[in-house]
Amino acid sequence: MNKDVKVIRVKNLYKKFGDFTANDNLSFEVSKGEIFGFLGANGAGKTTAIKILCGLSYPSSGEISVAGFDVYKERELLKRNIGYMSQKFSLYEDLTVYENIRFYGGIYGMTKQEIDTKTNGLLDQLDLQHSRNKRISSLPLGWKQKLAFSVAIFHNPEIVFLDEPTGGVDPVTRRQFWDLIYEASRAGITIFVTTHYMDEAEYCDRVSIMVDGRVEALDTPTKLKEQFNALDMDQVFLSLARKAKNVE
Amino acid sequence: MRILKYLLQKEFLQIFRNKSMLPIIFVMPILQLCVLSFAATYDMKNTNLYIVDKDLSSHSRQLISKFSGSPFFTVKEIAFSVEEAEKELYKDEIDAILVFDKGFGEHLDLQANASIQVLVNAINASSAGLYNAYISSVIQDYNSIINTDMISVDGTTPMQLVQSTYLHQFNPEMKYIPYMLPGLLVLLVTVVGLFLSAMNVVREKEIGTIEQINVTPIKKSQFLIAKLIPFLVIGFFELAIGLCIAAFVFNIPFLGSVWLIFLVAFVYLIGILGFGLLISTQTNTQQQAMFIAWFFMVIFLLMSGLFTPVESMPEWGQKLNYFNPIAYFIKIIRMILLKGSGLMDILKDIAILGAFAIASVTIAVNRHRKVA
Repeated sequence: MNKDVKVIRVKNLYKKFGDFTANDNLSFEVSKGEIFGFLGANGAGKTTAIKILCGLSYPSSGEISVAGFDVYKERELLKRNIGYMSQKFSLYEDLTVYENIRFYGGIYGMTKQEIDTKTNGLLDQLDLQHSRNKRISSLPLGWKQKLAFSVAIFHNPEIVFLDEPTGGVDPVTRRQFWDLIYEASRAGITIFVTTHYMDEAEYCDRVSIMVDGRVEALDTPTKLKEQFNALDMDQVFLSLARKAKNVE
Repeated sequence: MRILKYLLQKEFLQIFRNKSMLPIIFVMPILQLCVLSFAATYDMKNTNLYIVDKDLSSHSRQLISKFSGSPFFTVKEIAFSVEEAEKELYKDEIDAILVFDKGFGEHLDLQANASIQVLVNAINASSAGLYNAYISSVIQDYNSIINTDMISVDGTTPMQLVQSTYLHQFNPEMKYIPYMLPGLLVLLVTVVGLFLSAMNVVREKEIGTIEQINVTPIKKSQFLIAKLIPFLVIGFFELAIGLCIAAFVFNIPFLGSVWLIFLVAFVYLIGILGFGLLISTQTNTQQQAMFIAWFFMVIFLLMSGLFTPVESMPEWGQKLNYFNPIAYFIKIIRMILLKGSGLMDILKDIAILGAFAIASVTIAVNRHRKVA
């Protein structure tokens, strides 16, 4: 992690839908290579914020830059330098493992040769070489999620945004998933991750907790536990989330 | 360019992997073309007649034999009661009743006016018109025979009969299939193109993969053009098959250039597919897209002159057709195939289709949203 280089800068971010304020004056910064946990109950405004950072949605106001690019003016440059993996599973079910990798590599402008070389390494690493020509629809969920993550960072982005990447996955596969995240982080990719699993929050370098569209706490897991006098992140989260009004 | 190649590769793979769509794309249009060309005919082959003959003279029998001898009529029953005949008409068992009153033959022999009453089932006005015309022509025919008969008997100056003769240009035998089939071809190419494109982008919205596309630097135009090209290829393929069927199964005349037809189809399909993609980008579910596509399809089609002549529509209806791409293409394809029209004859219509194509694709790209 390089604390001097900030890859995400958010200052006074507001997002309003009519009378409802989904993001209420968010301000934070994320350093290069950091694993940044973005926590909050359902309806706290996490997905809204992530979509703004990825250029999928316009903010109502605020100064936001991602990978050095302004979310208002330089969206396409921004998109070239990020990866994204959403709650909804986003590989093409009717294409094979290789065809999905080739497609996503190709649309980021990689050549056939680059794609093929990198695919081999990737399939070896994931131990998926045997499923190279199988359709995504025939793979178990855990494999799909790992593959989706690998595809999201296939073009070597500066930052990857993960929106509840481990939902519905068994603990062993979740552990393996986090191994992939650590590896990506060591390679210099910044990780911006939302999750509902508090054990995963412990794996993050820093954690922010959102309640009703506002960031109520932001620090390392160790410091947060001290601050809230809690044994684990679960207790930290509960003591904050109890204040929420917009719980689904 | 390289990015477009990868996008196209993915679209083609997905189309050919979709096992439920393939038969719809390739088999259904061919079946429809064959079935519709044979079935949706305006030629009358089988008019069911009920004859009430109260006269029983040689004249009435001669005229009846004219009807029973004609391939267009089936004489269901010859009886004496008009009431009975009407009952059959109510049951829809017969299409028309011919009534010979008593004295019909006698009147004819005396060269007075003899009349026949014709009652036609007119629920369907256009077929009623046809029954009427066919029946009249048989009676007319009989008229001329008895006229010459009588002339030959008394030898006086024959009555001058004015006869018009017709030459039907471009479709001399007034056949139905050469007229209908080119229009049906347009219909099939349009249905497949419009529906496939209208369902496509919205399907990615439903599955959620569009979000993954939207976080990439793909341009909107690249994304939509990659959607459009495969359907253009499919449309060409169907048109080729359809033209083969037209030529070899139905022996339709090919007076004009086939290449010209493909040129027009190229311009036309880009317009239709762009319109389908526009629908797709503006809807959130495949159901919505389906209904909107259907709505426009029905209006364009019924206004187009495929089933009813445009000339008999009210003024405003004819004006609406200035904005109806299907009407242009049907008109052009009939001109090329049946009249042998060349590029210069259809230049204005192609230009209009071109304007439609540019407009629909531009608007679709413009209205497509990568950002919510």
